Amino acid sequence: MNRVAVIGVGVTKFGELWDYSFSDLFVEAGSAAIIDAGIDGKDIGSIYVGNMSGGRFVNQEHIASLIADHAGLNPVPATRIEAACASGGLAVRQGVMAVASGMHDVVVVGGAEKMTDITTEKVTQILVTAADQEWEAFLGMTFPGLYGMIARRHMHEFGTTREQLAEVAVKNHANAKNNPTAQFRFDVSVEKVLNSTMVADPLTLLDCSPITDGAACIILATEEKAGEFCDSPIYITGAGQSTSTIALHDRLQMTVSDATINASKMAYKMAGKTPGDIDVAEVHDCFTIAELIGIEGLDFCDIGSGGRFTEEGCTAIGGEIPVNTSGGLKAKGHPVGATGVAQVVEIAYQLRGEAGKRQVDGAEVGLTHNVGGSGGTAAVHILER
Amino acid sequence: MGAPRFWRNTKSRYNLYGVRCGTCEKNYFPPRKICPSCRRASKLESVKLKASGEVVTYTIIHSAPEGFENQTPYIMAIVKLSEGPMLTTQIVDCEIEDASIGMPVEGVFRKINESGRDGPIYYGMKFRPPRSSN
Ligand SMILES: [Zn+2]
Repeated sequence: MNRVAVIGVGVTKFGELWDYSFSDLFVEAGSAAIIDAGIDGKDIGSIYVGNMSGGRFVNQEHIASLIADHAGLNPVPATRIEAACASGGLAVRQGVMAVASGMHDVVVVGGAEKMTDITTEKVTQILVTAADQEWEAFLGMTFPGLYGMIARRHMHEFGTTREQLAEVAVKNHANAKNNPTAQFRFDVSVEKVLNSTMVADPLTLLDCSPITDGAACIILATEEKAGEFCDSPIYITGAGQSTSTIALHDRLQMTVSDATINASKMAYKMAGKTPGDIDVAEVHDCFTIAELIGIEGLDFCDIGSGGRFTEEGCTAIGGEIPVNTSGGLKAKGHPVGATGVAQVVEIAYQLRGEAGKRQVDGAEVGLTHNVGGSGGTAAVHILER
Repeated sequence: MGAPRFWRNTKSRYNLYGVRCGTCEKNYFPPRKICPSCRRASKLESVKLKASGEVVTYTIIHSAPEGFENQTPYIMAIVKLSEGPMLTTQIVDCEIEDASIGMPVEGVFRKINESGRDGPIYYGMKFRPPRSSN
């Protein structure tokens, strides 16, 4: 198996980008990554694109062809990957496999979503298509509702407090202030989180990631090609992916993300690393509770102890394992199909030492964790300098 | 949800018809074609489950999807049926502040939403605290 290097990264501003079309987003992120890598269009063997629901957000299917065309990359093969909010993470995995297998020397992996052209009610309805339509969504369930139920159960089983959940938002907003491309570059307090509009009790608006437009892109290459183009390649040394029940009610223990556990075990084993080796991580925090079950599933702390671990500052920059230095989905923004790719971009910045004011000193090993739905899919990647 | 997709499951929506696997002796709801634990050794037969159980967890929906706006705030829960399977359901005839984990509930036939995206009004099962305990 070839070693797989990240030789270029690019990301757009995240937010309500009214003057950007879907393809504007991708082309901007893609061009930035290609320039960063210093490659030429003719070097590219294949394109993989994470996108959850172009068909419903902007009435556009056949995303892969659109992107290759508008990026001026025809006739390079292009493939769209969909796994709800994990679409980007799975696109990364497809790119890794294409290079590791020797099929291609250089591939482009992108993710993009354009979510703000429609009403919030419509977005809510589209996002819940990631749940079981017939036995969850149809009955009036929403995505925040699913995570609200996980949060309440987590509080019941482990004594996690409402304040501990809010601490996730407080930390991620503080990190986002130092990320120029983040959507929410302002502080929030525990009190402000608790007092914001109730969405799905116990989760308030400030427990939820926002509706976001954005795109991210990375260039992957074999070690040999990386040497040609790049002085500071970052290697993807571990890749794991796993599935679990699509419906939350079918999960044996709903406070535990078994897909996260299984995907991370695969990735740790492949990289020959343990959770203690990870210096910085981007963890899927679509809701504050998601970061807690994420860090528990990744084994950064014991099952059930995520609230306390967060409250004690262990996941803050300067803590034991800094989590979501980018601001996370919560404050950087969550353009669903782009998220898994954007996580790799942030870890690449960290490992290259280019993360500016949010830099984790001496970071050598990083991890990304991307979840689809209420935990039906998880993808984990381990990156090393 | 489109009408054909709805009617296909009518039997299991109006009564809790699930399946029982003769190999592992577990019940599943909604019905499945393969037992997720036994796979090829599945021996599934239809079983009507008792519409009683208890709340495993719940949330109160304040921000509703289309078709449910006029019901907010409403309680959504995961209920564990007395015969094993868990399902997602709305809890009705219960004040929001009275909802709790462990609360016993029973099935009741109700309208699901005012008018579906495709026109028809859909009915199905919701759960409520048992009448006897009131
Ligand atoms: Zn069985």
